[in-house]
Amino acid sequence: MHELSIAMNIVEIAEEESKKAGATKVSEIELEIGTMSGIVIEALDFALDEAKKNSVLSNAKITINNIHAKARCIDCNHEFDIEELFTPCPKCNSFRNDIIQGKELKVKRLIAQ
Amino acid sequence: MCGTCGCGEDNTVRIQKPGESSDQHTHTHSHTHNHGDIEHSHDHIHDHSHSNPHSHDDLHSQQHSHSNGHTHEHSHNNEILIEQDILQKNNLLAERNRGYFEAKNIIALNLVSSPGSGKTSLLERSIKELGKEINFFVIEGDQQTMNDANRINEAGAPVVQVNTGNGCHLDSDMVNKAVKELDIKDNSVLVIENVGNLVCPSMFDLGESKRVVVISVTEGDDKPIKYPTMFASSDLCIINKTDLLPYVDFDIEKAKEYALQVNHHLEIIELSVKTGEGMDKWYDWIKKV
Repeated sequence: MHELSIAMNIVEIAEEESKKAGATKVSEIELEIGTMSGIVIEALDFALDEAKKNSVLSNAKITINNIHAKARCIDCNHEFDIEELFTPCPKCNSFRNDIIQGKELKVKRLIAQ
Repeated sequence: MCGTCGCGEDNTVRIQKPGESSDQHTHTHSHTHNHGDIEHSHDHIHDHSHSNPHSHDDLHSQQHSHSNGHTHEHSHNNEILIEQDILQKNNLLAERNRGYFEAKNIIALNLVSSPGSGKTSLLERSIKELGKEINFFVIEGDQQTMNDANRINEAGAPVVQVNTGNGCHLDSDMVNKAVKELDIKDNSVLVIENVGNLVCPSMFDLGESKRVVVISVTEGDDKPIKYPTMFASSDLCIINKTDLLPYVDFDIEKAKEYALQVNHHLEIIELSVKTGEGMDKWYDWIKKV
């Protein structure tokens, strides 16, 4: 359900940025959402459909780049893809790792008209 | 924001102290939605008077843009690189809260868990037993009712209740507003009891010093890997209701192992609010934050 708050924030950022640029519409917007960001993409899609109504984003093409998460093992320094927050290192089996990619939650760019 | 369809403003959030009548600090916005239609109709009835002379600024600026002689036949595409965190607004305000807490030497704890794990009972007992040593202040987050705030009030700590209405989590703005009602003393401990939910609150920084996740042995021992985001973002995990361990299938060692797989920095304290066993470890932890 928090995806709706996220969708509202995206619309707000688009409204602010297009206003700054003196534009009234956004034709395209690109988002970066990591697989470990805590966002369900399908839920965000659904929330955006509602949130964008009557906004600068109402007719915008929305592109979501889903960034796959990566971690670095603290014990052996190996970098690997993770599907879950508790994925062990495939090299040394340690659970002690730091996420180095995949927590992204951002508006990357937009095209204002 | 209306948590159901996304339109409107924070009309459903209510911030209130025990004993206050409900209309003292809230603006009532009656709010009609037409979900079936293409156009949304918004009827906001504001109880407070509007004396803002700039309320028509938007209209003026729109008129300006049409009177500059430009025709809009050629649309100019303007690519803007933004690279902005979607939660930036929440994060910025959270940092403001954090700065305020640090300046006043306030330890702010964000207490998160699923409903029924014993957050409020933990607080009640802590206030009663440690209240002489430490000044506790509490912000209670729930969708509805003043029940928790009333319990904390009876336990003897100043408290503000935030009712989020449809909202599933507290955000830094609600905490910012609640803090203004509380008048927190320097060198005290502020406990923010979040809405009972192991998913959504994990994404929203409130400006806390530490995040404390509570689970109880009547839940599954695989909670940490079922809801890993919350455990990954917490500093301390309290396992409550240990007095019930002989009667349930909860494997406490397994739960701890799972929790540490998700977050190897996590500290873990086992306790029973009911019997008091292990509470001293929790008190020691608060004192050394």
